[in-house]
Amino acid sequence: MNQKYMLPLAGVFLLFLLAYAGVEGVGLQWLFGIVIPYLAVIAFIYGFVNRVMCWAGSAVPFRIPTTCGQQKSFPWIKQNRIDNPDTAIGVFIRMLFEIFLFRSLFRNTKAAFNRDENNKLTYSWEIFLWLGALAFHYGFLVVTLRHLRFFLEPVPASLAFLEYLDGIVQIGLPGVFVSGIVLLAAALFLLARRIFDAKVSYISLAADYFPLFLIIGIAATGIAMRYFTKVDITGVKEFTMGLVTFHPVIPPGVGGLFYAHVLMVSVLFAYFPMSKLMHAGGIFLSPTRNMANNTRAKRHINPWNYAVDVHTYEQYEDHFREKMIEAGLPVDKEE
Amino acid sequence: MSKNVIVAGLTVFVIVALFPFWFNIGNTNAAPEAELSAKAKAAKKCVLDKYDMRANHMSLLDDWRDTVVRDSKRVYKAANGKTFGMSLSTGEDSCMGCHVDKEKFCDKCHNYVSVAPSCWECHTDPKEVTQ
Repeated sequence: MNQKYMLPLAGVFLLFLLAYAGVEGVGLQWLFGIVIPYLAVIAFIYGFVNRVMCWAGSAVPFRIPTTCGQQKSFPWIKQNRIDNPDTAIGVFIRMLFEIFLFRSLFRNTKAAFNRDENNKLTYSWEIFLWLGALAFHYGFLVVTLRHLRFFLEPVPASLAFLEYLDGIVQIGLPGVFVSGIVLLAAALFLLARRIFDAKVSYISLAADYFPLFLIIGIAATGIAMRYFTKVDITGVKEFTMGLVTFHPVIPPGVGGLFYAHVLMVSVLFAYFPMSKLMHAGGIFLSPTRNMANNTRAKRHINPWNYAVDVHTYEQYEDHFREKMIEAGLPVDKEE
Repeated sequence: MSKNVIVAGLTVFVIVALFPFWFNIGNTNAAPEAELSAKAKAAKKCVLDKYDMRANHMSLLDDWRDTVVRDSKRVYKAANGKTFGMSLSTGEDSCMGCHVDKEKFCDKCHNYVSVAPSCWECHTDPKEVTQ
């Protein structure tokens, strides 16, 4: 038992029970269905913008890109234009790979001692974090996009096409969406990694576990509602459409599980800007990735340089000319 | 320069994040009502209760299909005492024997929540055939 994950786990259970009991027992649908979601959206947008503007205000005096290939040099030395970009286009392509394919995570290595008498430290390629992260993020993206069907009327054809692709395995009724299962499985894998890998466990804090438990809770309640307990989906869309048209309604016959799902999503949104989840915005602002390595081609002047009083050689000579001539030292100007 | 880029990026973020709000300007929250045919209104009782039916009809149809195909049982005795033919579209006591108009009944909600059931890939709406 480790309080670093017991506490967030208890917190997520508490959130679930709070909404479930609040709706089923006390009838607080308006609180968990209307007030909290609106507050969460405001907190998310405001917090996100505020956090990024705060980052934008910090000085970046130096070019500090991490270089992962040959930099631009002589014409006969082949430059790695993406891993060591010197142009804006190179940086753009590098950022695309970083954002959509998590390229730097792909290079992840692990260090371990050989289990023999040499006991030598060796580094090996560790791909599973990258695979898990990719599955998790794309699963989450598709799930989020699919949820737009509750928020848009009429539902665009592109969304229907996405649903068709996502449900292409056609198992069961209602048909299985692959993305939901990928999301839950990947989140569970990322959690297992934090709990069972001793080295990762050692550096994991409550703030690492909380979003994972929250997302697992969201995925689990969503899957439960779709495949097992079932909800009145027309009522749910009436509810969500009420929120986005600013005429909120509480549909009859939609139970506590749905409001538990909504509360956990709201908490995730509100928690987003003040947590590690802000890497979503931060990735665009990472100076080690988003800068061109052109320090040799271009002069970059420190933005907070102040004017320094310099004493040039001419002024020095003017000052000491007579004494210099007297001592027999060479001078540029005789008089 | 970079500050302008950041502000532009944030503007795009806010616009995208609020997409459902501005997409629905002028829209209403009203869900379409599935229209009951005269026959369905007169019958009053369906296979399950209203909300149960709304949530679970697809699972029920799935069960029915398996029961008919594997056990050749074709009569369903509902909890409310009535009996129904376990068929989507064949016979007067099937689903569509009562809910005669697919467009006004099934499609209303399915289109609203973007559900594309595969029922109609094999079954046909009797009315569509005659037209």
